[in-house]
Amino acid sequence: MSTAITEPVVPYDEVIAEFDPVLGLEVHVELGTATKMFCGCPTEFGAEPNTQTCPTCLGLPGSLPVVNAIGVESAIRIGLALNCSIAEWCRFARKNYFYPDMPKNFQTSQYDEPICFNGYLDVEVETDDGMRTFRVEIERAHMEEDTGKTSHQGGATGRIHGADYSLVDYNRAGIPLIEIVTKPITGTGKYAPEVAKAYVTALREILRGLGVSDVKMEQGSLRCDANVSLRPSPESPLGTRTETKNVNSLRSVERSVRYEMTRQAAILRAGNKVMQETRHWHEDTGVTTSGRPKSDADDYRYFPEPDLVPIAPSREWVEQLRAALPENPSVLRARVQAAWGISDFEMMAVVKAGALELVAATVAAGADQAAARKWWVGEVTRIANERGVELVDLPITPVDIARVEAMVGAGALNDKLARQVIEAVLAGEGSPDDVVATRGLAVVSDDGPLLEAIDAALAEAPDVAEKILSGKLAAAGAIVGAVMKATRGQADAARVRELLLERLGVAE
Amino acid sequence: MSDLIRLTAAETAAAVASGAASAVEVAQAHLDRISEVDERVHAFLHVDTEGALAAAAAVDSARAAGATLSPLAGVPLALKDVMTQKGIPTTCGSRILEGWRPPYDSTVTARLKAAGVVILGKTNMDEFAMGSSTEHSAYGPTHNPWDLDRIPGGSGGGSAAAVAAFEAPLAIGTDTGGSIRQPAAVTGTVGVKPTYGAVSRYGLVALASSLDQAGPCARTVLDAALLHATIAGHDPLDSTSFDGPVPDVVGAALRADVQGMRIGVVKELSGEGYQAGVQQRFDEAVALLTGMGAEVVEVSCPNFPYALAAYYLILPSECSSNLAKFDGMRFGLRVGEDDGDPSVEQVMGRTRAAGFGAEAIRRIMLGTYALSAGYYDAYYGQAQKVRTLIARDFAAAFEQVDVLISPTAPTTAFKLGEKLDDPLAMYLNDVATIPANLAGIPGMSLPAGLAPEDGLPVGLQIMAPAMADDRLYNVGAALEAALLSNWGRPILQEAPSL
Repeated sequence: MSTAITEPVVPYDEVIAEFDPVLGLEVHVELGTATKMFCGCPTEFGAEPNTQTCPTCLGLPGSLPVVNAIGVESAIRIGLALNCSIAEWCRFARKNYFYPDMPKNFQTSQYDEPICFNGYLDVEVETDDGMRTFRVEIERAHMEEDTGKTSHQGGATGRIHGADYSLVDYNRAGIPLIEIVTKPITGTGKYAPEVAKAYVTALREILRGLGVSDVKMEQGSLRCDANVSLRPSPESPLGTRTETKNVNSLRSVERSVRYEMTRQAAILRAGNKVMQETRHWHEDTGVTTSGRPKSDADDYRYFPEPDLVPIAPSREWVEQLRAALPENPSVLRARVQAAWGISDFEMMAVVKAGALELVAATVAAGADQAAARKWWVGEVTRIANERGVELVDLPITPVDIARVEAMVGAGALNDKLARQVIEAVLAGEGSPDDVVATRGLAVVSDDGPLLEAIDAALAEAPDVAEKILSGKLAAAGAIVGAVMKATRGQADAARVRELLLERLGVAE
Repeated sequence: MSDLIRLTAAETAAAVASGAASAVEVAQAHLDRISEVDERVHAFLHVDTEGALAAAAAVDSARAAGATLSPLAGVPLALKDVMTQKGIPTTCGSRILEGWRPPYDSTVTARLKAAGVVILGKTNMDEFAMGSSTEHSAYGPTHNPWDLDRIPGGSGGGSAAAVAAFEAPLAIGTDTGGSIRQPAAVTGTVGVKPTYGAVSRYGLVALASSLDQAGPCARTVLDAALLHATIAGHDPLDSTSFDGPVPDVVGAALRADVQGMRIGVVKELSGEGYQAGVQQRFDEAVALLTGMGAEVVEVSCPNFPYALAAYYLILPSECSSNLAKFDGMRFGLRVGEDDGDPSVEQVMGRTRAAGFGAEAIRRIMLGTYALSAGYYDAYYGQAQKVRTLIARDFAAAFEQVDVLISPTAPTTAFKLGEKLDDPLAMYLNDVATIPANLAGIPGMSLPAGLAPEDGLPVGLQIMAPAMADDRLYNVGAALEAALLSNWGRPILQEAPSL
């Protein structure tokens, strides 16, 4: 719930005519490690509050951290996938500030010695002149721990002001995070919102491909803070930025950047100064509201974490990890498009649906690429949209789709039955084979029952039989339809037509 | 047996193992002693009578069942209140932790329990181990058994006084800038700060993480070695724990032979500020070592004069961060939540203002300042450079000699209240002990006699290279034996009986 605070905005076209936007994106990724960053507690999402804690992640007096080696490995793999340099030696640092969901009142993070630095990610955006590649430079990717989660109870807004009391769940405290920070992204012009969205999309694809995180924005395992500033022209110094938080979907990334640009433009146009602050995105109203002031002088009193020893990843290890990286999604896209021989337009449809890896995996499981694309981009995407979830989050696998398509190819299912099977799999009725067996779904391929049904249909409609016999083959459709109805759609329509014509002794 | 409380730890363990005394009898004798004298000494903040007797009974049962006993099984011990012990109050000498019972054992506590050591209770200390007199305890000072009007040293005054007053043959201390060694010096006992990383810090409530180290307090060098061997060794729960074999400290204490060893006297740790009687006893000890065949030379450590200043930047910096967690949100004291409609920040502020004493607040403020943007390089950064120089001084010195020696503290025990209003004078007590903490090397303090002018104990400090803790015990035991034969009886027998 948000209070409607309407701030003046400037139409987007006018923003672009008068200002040059600069972006900066900070993405926090929760790693999918089995245990927390500095202790052995499990990380499973959704457990009873405060059941996944120990002296260390509760920050009890005397407790000490121990680094999760898988967390370090994941950080390095992420860095390598983002074309970063990997530090030969780095340390953790303490970021000191008081907050009830920070058990130690400092966050163990990294400061001037991040494990990954100086990388980039190329992202593609559809422009007026076709697809264009923007290079987003990565300043750093570093390791840190998540905080606990505070929920404010009572009061009208669910926010801290006006709440009766607050509850803290420390299950999340100490979950490994990687923070990926871009350098200022310039030169996007009017495509700034699209570039922001494309960057987070591409980053998410890479992270998913690495298998380091489940990257679910709605559950907070991937969180994006969008920094936006405007300046009169690309030659001007950087303007004052705001940092928008609570951007919990890809769509919000684009919308919040666009909104901030229009809001800041109104302030600047009126001759006022943009206040450096964090802002809170409201998905429902499509606006940002003021959070807390944030200045560059915020003093976290960083210093090297004395409870941990430095991390010095050997070059051999880094090279091993590099060699074992999965293919970069943009490289994969180009290769796959060539292999499938499909158009840019067809490829974009797959990519936009977020179905590339799923289609590729379905092809790998034996399906034809066109059929695999048809199912994922068509029927399955339709259901995902209905349910408001991501394709990958649906409980159906590429192997399932390949199996359905194999049954279609073998004539055991027709299109309509295949859709029923997919829906049943998504409804949790088991594998495609389970569904076919339990529901008794199968194309009737035995000619005996079909001939009986044809005879019955002909007897019902002797006039139609006459028309067919007189050479009006189009009339056959009515009989085929009646047979399909009688067999509850389980017949192969083409075979029915064949048998019908045979029965009447009419040639095609 | 007649006087169980006067036995050394080694003798006590032997008596329990042989059946000459039961562990329960030993524990009871010490509990009785505590009842008798601790009202005056105030070494203990909490006495766990029930737990101690149960632990002792378990040792007796194990022996009766024919189990092989650990070298310290059945020996009573006093635990500094900065170490967690599951279910037992742990206050760190602070109001802010009043009533907190930790849900877990420190690694040191767990190892003591596993070795059949009988933990009698928790000892008094300067709040969060900040101080050199135990006067900064929120629960009142500990009194020096040699003179109840004098300080027992600090921060581990409770542990040292408990050992000196025969309330326990052994105690655990922690040493961030001298908190084991300086109390040992002024109470006529033995105290060792092992190499940084030799003893796990898991469950040691941190003052300054890069300096803190737990170690043994005892009445003899051998007893300290037996305790050192029991608590040392790698701990996967402490990332800074040293992963390697523990030096044979017990073997070294039994060897006690300095023939042919090279011993360096640190030039910078003498002269101005050192009490005449302290210097005199130190010089006599040097002569003894020479007499036993050691080659004693003077060694210069030119950066030591900067050690105290660097220490009082690094320690407060780390401490300001380590003590941030004491905010009344999850454990311990909470103040002022019902007064008006306070914000979380106000409750945190009220709790910290009420819960921390003056010295803790002073160091938190110093550290917060030293780490602030714009000051970090000038203070914390510069202090870290000095720390490197101190380590280089030691490295150069240990190329010339096997161990270094100095007086442990510049003076004998001063009067309670004498330096309470003068922090700098208080800090100077640790001028000789701080360099070892900054460099992470081990140090021992053992009694060198009584200062002629006041009849109070003088401590001699031995320092060795990192992970060469055994050298402390070898030299310490040799010197202890030579001094004992001069004196005719242990120095603690000179203490006025309580």
